[in-house]
Amino acid sequence: MSRNGPLALAYHALFVTFMLAPILVVCFVAFTPEGYLSFPTDRWSLRWFYAIGRYPEFIAAFWRSLWLGALSSAIAVALSVPAALAIARYRFRGREAMTALFMSPLMIPHVVLGVAFLRFFTQIGLGGTFTGLVLSHIVIVLPFALRLTLASAVGMDRAIEHAAISLGASDATVLRRITLPLVLPGLVSGWALAFINSFDEVTMTVFIAAPGTETLPVRMFLYIQDNIDPLVTSVSACVIAITVLALVALDRAYGLERLLVGRSGDGR
Amino acid sequence: MSSLASLRVAKAPYLLTLPALLLFAGVVIAPLVMTVLLSFHDWGQYKGIEPVFVLKNWHEVFTDSYFLEMFWRTFRVAFFVTLLTALFGAPEAYILNRMKSPWRGLFLLVVLGPLLLSVVARTLGWALLFGGNSGLVNKALMSMGLASAPVPFMFTETGVIVALAHVLMPYMVLAVWAALQRLDPQVENAAVALGAGPFTVLRRIVLPQVMPGILSGAIIVFALAASAFATPAIIGGRRLKVASTLAYDEFLNTLNWPLGAAVAVLLLVALVAIVVGSSRLVERRYAQVFG
Repeated sequence: MSRNGPLALAYHALFVTFMLAPILVVCFVAFTPEGYLSFPTDRWSLRWFYAIGRYPEFIAAFWRSLWLGALSSAIAVALSVPAALAIARYRFRGREAMTALFMSPLMIPHVVLGVAFLRFFTQIGLGGTFTGLVLSHIVIVLPFALRLTLASAVGMDRAIEHAAISLGASDATVLRRITLPLVLPGLVSGWALAFINSFDEVTMTVFIAAPGTETLPVRMFLYIQDNIDPLVTSVSACVIAITVLALVALDRAYGLERLLVGRSGDGR
Repeated sequence: MSSLASLRVAKAPYLLTLPALLLFAGVVIAPLVMTVLLSFHDWGQYKGIEPVFVLKNWHEVFTDSYFLEMFWRTFRVAFFVTLLTALFGAPEAYILNRMKSPWRGLFLLVVLGPLLLSVVARTLGWALLFGGNSGLVNKALMSMGLASAPVPFMFTETGVIVALAHVLMPYMVLAVWAALQRLDPQVENAAVALGAGPFTVLRRIVLPQVMPGILSGAIIVFALAASAFATPAIIGGRRLKVASTLAYDEFLNTLNWPLGAAVAVLLLVALVAIVVGSSRLVERRYAQVFG
């Protein structure tokens, strides 16, 4: 394959600058020693990181987001594994319609889901509750969990299971010792991708979170709506740092290209 | 096979999908149906929501020029965001694809990684870069001679479009990247061997083959841009309303839920129509080439 010329590389440098600039700016401003938004020039300070400790709302929202992401992703994966096995192995009436239904939260704008959940949860008495948040987050992260579990269920070698059965293993043993270990990589990466998406979700959650059940992105959004000060940049810098660490770990463990592009990278 | 065993096989897929199906019936289909019904209910400042069947909200959404202007703005912003991502994202995907091993993986991570970073944090970054007349973007534009006076970005459509193009760019690069992976490099080499210049190869060989990728990326970006919330809310401010921020206002500030529901349902219907329609068009156009 031919190589990139100097013009292409210059374009690439500009493009990368464009992609990174807003992220880096947030991280820089977070280290300002001043009481207002400014770029730290000669002095760096951690004062705005310490200041997060004086805002219990941010800390509480962070832990809530963490629990919400972990719990809803775990339930989404638990629902996805049997569904993925059914879709991968059986040809049954309604198979395509069901797959489309489970993938539909990717298609439906989150603002519409937010409106719908607000109405629905208020009607059934779950308005502004953590239970409501978990239910809604299971729905929006399930497509991610299903896509990755489905990819590993489709790619599975059925001969191994047949060998186990012919050697006298019971159905339960086959499931526990053969099937589940084989879908485990898809299951773990599906959970991770689901978690990241739940942890970042703001558009839908802003409709259904009440004071006391606000997630971190919602708390940050509402804070920014009122005013932008260095405190919210230091909170954002922490969120960015955590996500980047998770991303690098995920890239090492599974490969980001495979995770995002899907099956095309499987053969490598 | 005994009838009992075949019954077990026939039932198995339904039993396996049942838990997820129940959840989706209860927590996706029911709320969406309720929202459609809600859009036909009446509402008053003092009486609240009245569960009657009226066309008032739909009449208002379709006839009031305020809503017309707002929906027009929503789709105009989405169109320009799509155009920007296609214009700048597709070449970048092509350049990435030509890179060698360590760089390729590294820059793919740099370009696609932001997809998974908090939208609020990324938008905050743009708010800082735009910030007033002394914002970094304006300083850069003026020092390069691209602008003689500070360009207003905050609370303008231009600002929303630039920030949204950044937020959604990875989807376009991803779609074009996926299309490039299916491309056979031998065809390019054959064209070069037959005497085609680099520009001809790009125009006659590469572009036609990645066009389906660009178009499917465009559909995703358009749909996400038209329904984006956090970025237009932060960069656009309280005045520059798009469909999703207007629905938010009706639901959480004005408390006119039926009207907000009508706006949301109309956005959903318009988007589904556009996405399904253009997907069909793309498939039909390219079925002849690749079928």
